[in-house]
Amino acid sequence: MRRGVIGKRIGLLIETLSAILREIFDESAYARFLTTENLISSRAAYAEFLHETEHTRARRPRCC
Amino acid sequence: MTKIVRTIIWFAVAALGTLAVSVIALRRGESINAMWLVVAAGCCYSLGYRFYSKFVATKVLLLDPLRATPAERLENGRDFVRTNKWVVFGHHFAAIAGPGPLVGPVLAAQFGYLPGTLWILAGAVFGGCVQDFVILLFSVRRDGKSLTEMAREEIGKVGGFIAYVSVLAIIVILLGVAALIVVNALKGSPWGTFTIAMTIPIALLMGLYLRRIRPGKVLETSILGFVLVMSAIVGGQWVSQSPTWAHWFTYSASTLAIVIIIYGFAASALPVWLLLAPRDYLSTFVKLGTIFMLALGIVLVRPQLHMPPLTRFIDGTGPVFAGNLFPFAFITIACGAISGFHSLISSGTTPKLIARETETRMVGYGAMLAESMVAIMAMIAACTMQPGVYFAINSPAGVVGQSPDAATATISQWGFPVTAANMAALAHAVGEQTLFNRTGGAPAFAVGMAQIFAHSLGGDAVMAIWYHFAIMFEALFILTVLDAGTRVGRFMVQDALGHIWKPIGRTSWYPSILSTSALIVGAWGFFLWQGVKDPLGGINSLWPLFGIANQLLATVALCVATTIIIKMHRARYALVTLLPLCILVSITFTASYHKIFDPNPRIGFLAHSKLLATQVATASKPEELARLIFNDRLDAVVAGVLVCLVSLILIESVLEWSRVLYGQKEASVKESPFVLSRFAEEEA
Repeated sequence: MRRGVIGKRIGLLIETLSAILREIFDESAYARFLTTENLISSRAAYAEFLHETEHTRARRPRCC
Repeated sequence: MTKIVRTIIWFAVAALGTLAVSVIALRRGESINAMWLVVAAGCCYSLGYRFYSKFVATKVLLLDPLRATPAERLENGRDFVRTNKWVVFGHHFAAIAGPGPLVGPVLAAQFGYLPGTLWILAGAVFGGCVQDFVILLFSVRRDGKSLTEMAREEIGKVGGFIAYVSVLAIIVILLGVAALIVVNALKGSPWGTFTIAMTIPIALLMGLYLRRIRPGKVLETSILGFVLVMSAIVGGQWVSQSPTWAHWFTYSASTLAIVIIIYGFAASALPVWLLLAPRDYLSTFVKLGTIFMLALGIVLVRPQLHMPPLTRFIDGTGPVFAGNLFPFAFITIACGAISGFHSLISSGTTPKLIARETETRMVGYGAMLAESMVAIMAMIAACTMQPGVYFAINSPAGVVGQSPDAATATISQWGFPVTAANMAALAHAVGEQTLFNRTGGAPAFAVGMAQIFAHSLGGDAVMAIWYHFAIMFEALFILTVLDAGTRVGRFMVQDALGHIWKPIGRTSWYPSILSTSALIVGAWGFFLWQGVKDPLGGINSLWPLFGIANQLLATVALCVATTIIIKMHRARYALVTLLPLCILVSITFTASYHKIFDPNPRIGFLAHSKLLATQVATASKPEELARLIFNDRLDAVVAGVLVCLVSLILIESVLEWSRVLYGQKEASVKESPFVLSRFAEEEA
């Protein structure tokens, strides 16, 4: 029982860390783009995603 | 857990924190373990988060979990997306963590570990975290508006204009200083230069791989890039040992400065997906991993601090940078305690991802606490070195002397024994020809970090690899800031000039891209060149200028925050932002006064220019002196203009507060109207 709870917590931790990394590295943004545009991942779809987000990404400051 | 148990635990945390701070503050004459700093920070941050941030959230800001955030109301799957709070926290931390909290504490360590550590702890808990938290919430309540937009709406047009100029000025000065740090770390270092040079083709390769081979697989591409960068570090050792190849990668500071200026211009004009984005991913990947590893290394090694708590240089005669403890320690620490630049991130992408108002506390306040912990780690890395070694690395030749013997004699005379043989052995151990006069903080941090890593993994045999890993990490970090900052600055100039002549405002029009890029690169390139040619190492004058600009921007952010708090009818709690504002005003204005008017030529720009003017007649190269005189006067003007601008916004803010408090103006804020969250039931 206790092992099950710990396992679940570790699973949740890994899931959260993975979600954080996917958001930081724009993988989630790309997945959302594919969903809203009803596309499947391809070179063309990724190129369109890059084009659409270029403006926002280029204006995103990186802190000192 | 019952209330009584919780109370006992918090009392225990407070007692442990008090003990740790007392050890740090009161121990004299013997070295202490770095874990005392870690424990003090952990306890202060826990108490600050649990009690102070809760007070700010519930009493001052009245966070409302039932109020829909813009991520809910305006959700579009692109900019506005309701996101898990831990994910937003990670995203926000990755955006605010930069080279500042690593470099600032290393430079401030010249005063000893005590002043910097105390300011990092207090400044973050009562200043920096509050600023980030408050600005994030106010931006959430205004559909994710930027700091400049909020300044314009809440304070007035002058406020908006000054915020804009401050942002542009800080970007230019920051980029000049950041580039100078890279130049000082890479000059005469074929290993470092090769590794950093390799990151450019690696980033280009990543961009192409992402676009052509594995679209959207950023994490996988970043891991691939990381493996390539690590191979470049290992390859760099071979390059440095090969007389032919080492020759091709050994450059003077001037040559490196020219290369970086050309690189900055090219990076600003190339498509984002080709260089900027992959480099950003790679840098973030390395950054998060390294910070985690450094924290782990400190806990495993538990090193002793060899630097005394206070050094003789609190009197203002420090070799790393001149100036008294107050205000220069506060200016130098910069982002580890409070950073105006964070207010741009807190009013940028992050507010558009927040799912509930209550989460702004964890994201805004919490992420800044994590950044402050990074600053504490940097302080530890600097102070674990023998002080003599620290000063030999960080002191410019103009202060300690040109030759190793002269430098070690001067430093030993100060009471910090070091020999030329010690320094030669250390340089050999890290794979460098020399470590003298490596001003800028990055090499000293790299040596400290390499020592900690080498003690926890691999021993002295891999010290050189760790040193160059640390240099690569910092340079990669800084060059990413350079790429992104140049581009952001370019857009700001395009937006502004577009009001005068429309075509220049078109961000995709190539003549506009090239001319505005040249303008921004020329501006920071000027400061970089000035630093490279400065006999005192450049950092002495430029880092304080950067610190002043950064904290003046924080002053603007706190003016906006205080104005909004007063307009929210929460004036009785306005001290929450007003107190850090007053402290920052006293710090930045005093520092600016000293940097402009101090009679000591090592501190005051004008005094230095006067001193140089007396030498022109007898100088062998009078045109060089004339240029230095011009640089000093320009730096004085830049500092003066920034202070005048911020004085204007302060005056405008104070007038606005008095109008509201004396009933001459209705106290109304320009928030988006309240909309009940769809998740209100769940929340209730």
